[in-house]
Amino acid sequence: MCGIYLDYQSAMPVDTRVLEFAERYLTKEFGNPSALHSVGLAAKSAVEEARRKVAELINAPDPSNIIFTGSATEANNLAIRGTAQRNAAKGKKVLASAIEHISVINAMKDLQKGGFQLTLVPVDSAGIIDLAVLENQLSKDTTVTSVMYANSEIGTIEPIKEISQMVHDKGMFLHVDAVAAQGRIPIDVQKDGIDLLTISSNDMYGPQGAGALYVNPKVKLQPTLLGGGQEKGLRPSTENLFAIAGMGEAARLAKLEMDQESDRLRPIRDSLIKEILKIDEAYLTGHTTIRLPHHASFRFSRIEGESILLTMDAMFNIQVSTGSACSSRTLEPSHVLLAIGLKHEQAHGSMVTTLGKYNNQGEISVIAKAVSQTVQRLRALSPL
Amino acid sequence: MAQVGYSKKVMEHFMNPRNVGVIENPDGYGKVGNPVCGDLMEIFIKVKDDKIDDIKFRTFGCGSAIAVSSMVTEMAKGKPLDEAMKITRKDVADELEGLPPQKMHCSNLGADALHAAIKNYWVKIGKIKPEEAKPEGEEGEACSTE
Repeated sequence: MCGIYLDYQSAMPVDTRVLEFAERYLTKEFGNPSALHSVGLAAKSAVEEARRKVAELINAPDPSNIIFTGSATEANNLAIRGTAQRNAAKGKKVLASAIEHISVINAMKDLQKGGFQLTLVPVDSAGIIDLAVLENQLSKDTTVTSVMYANSEIGTIEPIKEISQMVHDKGMFLHVDAVAAQGRIPIDVQKDGIDLLTISSNDMYGPQGAGALYVNPKVKLQPTLLGGGQEKGLRPSTENLFAIAGMGEAARLAKLEMDQESDRLRPIRDSLIKEILKIDEAYLTGHTTIRLPHHASFRFSRIEGESILLTMDAMFNIQVSTGSACSSRTLEPSHVLLAIGLKHEQAHGSMVTTLGKYNNQGEISVIAKAVSQTVQRLRALSPL
Repeated sequence: MAQVGYSKKVMEHFMNPRNVGVIENPDGYGKVGNPVCGDLMEIFIKVKDDKIDDIKFRTFGCGSAIAVSSMVTEMAKGKPLDEAMKITRKDVADELEGLPPQKMHCSNLGADALHAAIKNYWVKIGKIKPEEAKPEGEEGEACSTE
């Protein structure tokens, strides 16, 4: 039986067109972009072409604004630690929303150990940042404020334009982690007023092993890795040519196809939500309308998320995700679900589904039936 | 090579749990865990000739919590109470061909639930005093991972 994959937020298959495009950089055009001979120069051109394609996806004013990294986690670290440390003379306050990715939160907590003052700005029950608190907390010595474009666990889209206005009125620089939103909704760093933006290759059907940070030239950074001068010295390492070239091609395709694909997925996602909410004591997590077009996340009372994930996989060959504590390495429930005000026992019952290019409307009734049977099975086992 | 995910045995018990349900008017009843921590187990026993004649469980929790509950009921069924009291968390985990390290504590409460049910019975028949039936050490702890 062929499975139904609903975990596009955690990994995506590489688009075959991307693979076809980038394969040559593993075997034929394998040069080191720093080498001055023709093989090296060809590799350098491939990196610069990728840089241009990534810049176009987010409407960066110039391709030189793009710094390739090895992952989004690395880009988040570079943005936050790099900016805070380089600008420490101007201020030692950093802000983040309470639902940021752990690579943002942990980078900020590390700064806190080094004497920076960290404030996590709360969100409401739908996951939208509290703008009044943000405004209150911002001051001239707030060097970095980090708010994600949209959240991967609950799908909620943040009011980035308003946030950027506020940050620029009262603080310094805005960093936006756009990993969940990229390739799903249009992102324009100029219109949105974003100073630093993180994206990743695999979150738009590109190969794993590449991420990128958009850096507005007015932001001065210090590198988090030290080495040679690659990527303007901000990310020294021999370039991962295959992943970078693939990321560029994935960005080009995303720009071309994103609107159409999101328009195709939105009604499929809507019918998924409609079907799942027919289940007794099933609730949507995140915002009902201001959410990513491929994203549907839920919680079910009296059952636990890892058991949901395992049952869906073993019994129905359907792959989902969960924010339950039991499935995490730390056994802590998702900080996102706690931040939207769920109690621990509610957060344990979470199920996250994210659709992608291989999903279709015909699958929805199969998925809904499987979820319903899974919930029924686990509730029959539950003493609650 | 390190084991990836759950053992086959854990998945088998998770997918086909034995002895699920409730016993009306049980001779012994034990409940351990806390839904806040993500795991709650209850075990019901019927005792005959000082042996566990019937045993049922219900569990809220992750895959290993359900598999552990199922396994411990299978191990205890038919055993004399004294012997069933000797079943440890480690015995259950071993019988399941191992549990991932981070699951050894929080999701491995089956033996504790079993012991609680047996002690509950012993209190009823006057073999031990109520204060001796207090839940075992780790049950009262917060949701720690150690």
